[in-house]
Amino acid sequence: MSTPLLKVLDIHKRYGSEEVLRGVSFDVERGETKVFIGPSGTGKSTLLRCVNQLTPPDKGQVFLEGAEVTHHKADINRLRASMGFVFQDFNLFAHLTAMQNVGIGPMTVNGMHKQRAQARALAELERVGLGEKSNAYPAQLSGGQQQRVSIARALAMDPKLILFDEPTSALDPELIGEVLEVMIELAREGMTMLCVTHEMGFARSVANEIIFMEHGVIVEQGPPQQMFTNAKHPRTGEFLRKISELYGETNQ
Amino acid sequence: MLLRATLLNIELLFALLVVGFIVGTIVAILQVYGGRVLGLIAFIYEWIFRSIPPLVLLVILYFGPSQFGLSVSRFVAVTVALGLCSSGYQSQVFRGAILSISHGQMMAARSLGMSRTRAIASVILPQAFRLSIPGWSNEFSAVAKDTTLAYVVSFNELLRTAGSIIDRDYSLTIPAYLTVALIFLVLTYAGNRSLGWLEKRTRIPGLQVAGSTEEGQS
Amino acid sequence: MTFLFKWEWLPKLASGLLVTVEVTATCVTIGFVLGILLALARVYGRKPLSIPANIFIQFFRGTPLLVQLLLVYYGLPQLGITISAVLSAILALGLNTAAYQAEYFRGAIQSVKKGQMLAARSLGMSLPQSIRYVILPQALRLVIPAWSNELILMLKGSSIVYIVTILDIMGESKRIANKYFNYLDVYVVAALFYLALVLIVSLLLRELERRVRIPGLGLSIERR
Repeated sequence: MSTPLLKVLDIHKRYGSEEVLRGVSFDVERGETKVFIGPSGTGKSTLLRCVNQLTPPDKGQVFLEGAEVTHHKADINRLRASMGFVFQDFNLFAHLTAMQNVGIGPMTVNGMHKQRAQARALAELERVGLGEKSNAYPAQLSGGQQQRVSIARALAMDPKLILFDEPTSALDPELIGEVLEVMIELAREGMTMLCVTHEMGFARSVANEIIFMEHGVIVEQGPPQQMFTNAKHPRTGEFLRKISELYGETNQ
Repeated sequence: MLLRATLLNIELLFALLVVGFIVGTIVAILQVYGGRVLGLIAFIYEWIFRSIPPLVLLVILYFGPSQFGLSVSRFVAVTVALGLCSSGYQSQVFRGAILSISHGQMMAARSLGMSRTRAIASVILPQAFRLSIPGWSNEFSAVAKDTTLAYVVSFNELLRTAGSIIDRDYSLTIPAYLTVALIFLVLTYAGNRSLGWLEKRTRIPGLQVAGSTEEGQS
Repeated sequence: MTFLFKWEWLPKLASGLLVTVEVTATCVTIGFVLGILLALARVYGRKPLSIPANIFIQFFRGTPLLVQLLLVYYGLPQLGITISAVLSAILALGLNTAAYQAEYFRGAIQSVKKGQMLAARSLGMSLPQSIRYVILPQALRLVIPAWSNELILMLKGSSIVYIVTILDIMGESKRIANKYFNYLDVYVVAALFYLALVLIVSLLLRELERRVRIPGLGLSIERR
């Protein structure tokens, strides 16, 4: 495997006088799950948005299967269609039912026929455990259900990888589990995933690599075993201990 | 000459706004505090005067009496017609403001021993008027432009005066009307700015409602 | 005090009613299409697009409708353009309502949650696609209260077109008034026609709002 699925090179981003990302680089191979952790406000979410250009970086490049995403002539819509994005606030389309939410991407972006798109939508909803809620509007669903629909929406596009931006941070504690279950299953099925999260239990069980960021740079990265028990950098260990105290060991 | 005529428009504007203000406040109060019968009458009043085109009311008030051999002054006809229509809208603005003031204010006032009327006058209305300023300035802009309807009864306000200039020289049509338009742009801009200033002057920390003057500009 | 109203006047007034409805419907439709375009120009357009749009909006909202009507009706011939009275009226009213509608649409578009656009773009939708499938469907629902207001205002505002010889409700009323020297009765009936129109339209719009309502999608936008 020569070219990694995703290559992120030297990303810089500044907001006003504050430099939020100061040169972040990493690779992601197909099938890997990488989890980003770190104190809030260290640009982790910004980093994810730089990957699919929702926030264009000031400097740096992103390559998806060799194609440069950051190039000014890139067909950004095509590229985004092959990357799934799951938001902290779900961002389900408020005027569409669950099924329509999942089906609209395939229909309008991938040009799928309405019938096929609907069938596909239903299938994805069942995959995340929400088959019977296909006709519900977002406002009629719980937070956990909305987030699962949003994952189904991303899956319906047959993405090469999925970006998760703090997917459970806006959820009530009892609802976090159902979303993590879906994510763990996805990871086991071999989906390439980039997650920004505080859920240490999740990170520990499915991440191939944990990346610790602080002050806009990667401080340390490595497999969960190493990071949790034998962190090289003192800050890493400190942060992990604090987080584990705060959030406890969430369910597997 | 056009500028002198503008003064007439401004006079009209103030006169009718006063009529609208007084009647509007009464109607709003009646709707909120008036009880079933008065409230209903006030509601119907508001509905009628918001639904009737000001022009139609003006024509009725100016030409109507002549059927019985009576005559009405142009100024009065315009002021009353536009004033009543405006009172319909103003009462809606005031009513919204009054209703958005928490019930606790009234309860506090009454428990101090104030009569209902006193409470309304000293506690509710001062707050309501401040809250009404954005909505009211919308009405102000709208009504300022409606003063041109006086054209229809040959009142020598701005538009009519422009018309007589044009009658003398048709080539002046576009410039004349554009000038009138410009004058109104200035008027409404000045009016909105003053009302914005008024809002800031009378602002009380903690007393505000969503929808500032900026968005409400007509 | 004798009530002189003659029932044979009704057919004429009814035809005036038809004209009023036609004129209003046409100009509001023009205003709708143009208004959406202007609003999109202001929200999503770059400066060369959004600034002229804004100038247009400020002009037509800041100046009286009657002035605009006379400007179009008397002014266009001066430029060598001759169109019928009805077309001038529809044009003037249409441009006017477009400006007001543009502002209401802009408010509605801007109150759609920002995340909706982000989600649409992240699925790979282009900007036009996002606007068409995600933003507008929501914005148009949000705008209904303010838009209803504008429709009613236009209905009332259309009464001025009789000044340029169009035979709407007021136009027919005036003819009857002058012919029979009956000023009060006929104009009062005209007023009743308007009241009835406003009532019917209000009820229809309320029904529309009810029909397109989606649970969880609602907001009150400031209206006049």
